[in-house]
Amino acid sequence: MNTPGYRDIVGAGLWWNNPGMAQLLGLCPLLAVSRSLVTGLALGLATLAVVAATNVLVSATRRLVHPHVRLPAYVLVIASFVTTVDLLFQAIWFDLYLRIGLFIPLIVTNCAILGRAEAFASRHPVMPSLVDGLAQGTGFALLLVAMGSVREVVGQRSLLADAQLLFGPGAGDWGIHLGEGGLLLATLPPGAFIVLALFVAGRNALLARRRPGRAPASSGAASESTSP
Amino acid sequence: MTRESAVEPRRPASWWQAVAGLALLALLAGGLVTSTERWTRERIEGNQSLQTLRQLNRVLPPDLYDNDLHVDRIELLAPQVLGSREPLPAWRARLDGRPSAAVLTVVAPNGYNGPISMLVALRPDGRIIGVRVTGHKETPGIGDAIEDTRSDWILGFSGRSLQQPPEHRWRLTVDGGDIDHISGASMSSRTITSALRRTLVYFAANQEQIFAAPAMPGTTDAGPAP
Repeated sequence: MNTPGYRDIVGAGLWWNNPGMAQLLGLCPLLAVSRSLVTGLALGLATLAVVAATNVLVSATRRLVHPHVRLPAYVLVIASFVTTVDLLFQAIWFDLYLRIGLFIPLIVTNCAILGRAEAFASRHPVMPSLVDGLAQGTGFALLLVAMGSVREVVGQRSLLADAQLLFGPGAGDWGIHLGEGGLLLATLPPGAFIVLALFVAGRNALLARRRPGRAPASSGAASESTSP
Repeated sequence: MTRESAVEPRRPASWWQAVAGLALLALLAGGLVTSTERWTRERIEGNQSLQTLRQLNRVLPPDLYDNDLHVDRIELLAPQVLGSREPLPAWRARLDGRPSAAVLTVVAPNGYNGPISMLVALRPDGRIIGVRVTGHKETPGIGDAIEDTRSDWILGFSGRSLQQPPEHRWRLTVDGGDIDHISGASMSSRTITSALRRTLVYFAANQEQIFAAPAMPGTTDAGPAP
C-alpha cells in the first residue's frame, strides 16, 4: 500500500477522517471528559501522546510482530503507554489527575488508537506513522477542546476555569466568568451527546455544501465501528 | 478491521518468531513502565501526602496541632457508624503532646446518588471543628450544594455537638429539627446530618481508644476523590 503524503495524513486526522467526528471512535472518553475546556484539553493531550507513541512503536516493530499476534501486541503497547502517561500525570499534574484520573486508564479502550495501529502504523514507515498519530491525536484533542468549551460556556457560564490545574499557579485567573447559573443539561452526559451530535451534523452540513449532490464522506468510516 | 491484506513484505514465518516478537515487545513495554514508575514514585507519593494534608487542613486549622498527622494516623472499622465495611483512616491531632482534635473519615451512605464521603474534625470535648465533603456523586447544580465551594451549608455544622442541638432537634428543619436543609437536596442533607450525629455518639464513646491506639503510619492515602 502506498504511503500517503504528509498533507493528506494531517488533513485526514484533523478533518476528513477525524477520529471523533468522522470515525466516531473514542466516544467514551470524549463524552466523559468534555465537561470543560481544561479537562478536555488535558485528556486530549494524554490521548495525543499515547496515539503518537503507539504508532511509532507499532510501526518500528511491524516486521517483528507476526500478524497472528498483532492485536495482543498492539494492546500491550497501548496499555504500557497509557500506564506511563497515567504515572506522569500523577507526578506532574496531580490536581488535574484528581479530577480526570479516572478516565486516563480508559484511554486504553479508545478504539481510535487501536484503529490507527492496525490501519496505519502496521503498514507504513515510522515517520508517516508518527505524523499520522500526531494528526489523529490532534484532531481528537481539538474536538475535545471544542466540545469542552461549548459545554463549559453553556453549562457553567465560564471558560477556561481552573486553568491552573494544567498550566500552573500563574494561570489561576485565566478563567473567564460569564455569569451565574448555566444550563445543567450541558454538563450532564446527555448534553455531551447533543453537543457531539451538533458537531457531527455541522461537519456533515459543511461537507454537503462543498460537494453538492453527494452524501457526506464520513458515512463509510462511521459505519465501520460504533464501539467506544 | 482488516479489509486489505495485511502489511508489508517479509513476514516472519514460524511460531517461535511470533513468540519472540511478542516477547521482545513485552520486554520493551515492561521496561518503559518500570522505569517510569521508578522515576515518578517519589513525586507521586509526595503529591499524595500533600493532598491528604491539604484535605485535612480544610477541616483542621494548622494552629490546632503540632504533630505530624501522616504519622499519627489510625484506621477505624465501624461500618454502622462510619458507613464503610473497609477500615477508614483517622488522624490524631496533638498540641504539646496532648490530644487537641481527631479527624475521622465518615461515609454518609444514603445520598441521592450513592454514598457521600466526608472528613469530620472533632474536639476532645465533642464539638465539631469542621466538616467537608470529599467525594460524592450528587446532581451537579442541586445536590453539590453539600460542597463548601458551592454553598455554606456544610460550614453550619462547625461548633455543633451532641447537645447543640439536642437529640430530638438534631434533624433537618423539614423533619422538625434545627438543621437547615438544602432545598432540592433533602436526601443529601439528611444522610449527612444523621451520619454526623452517629459519628458524634461514636466519638464520645470511643474517644479514649481513638487517641490511645497505636499509630498506623506509612501508607499514603490518595485522599478521597474530590
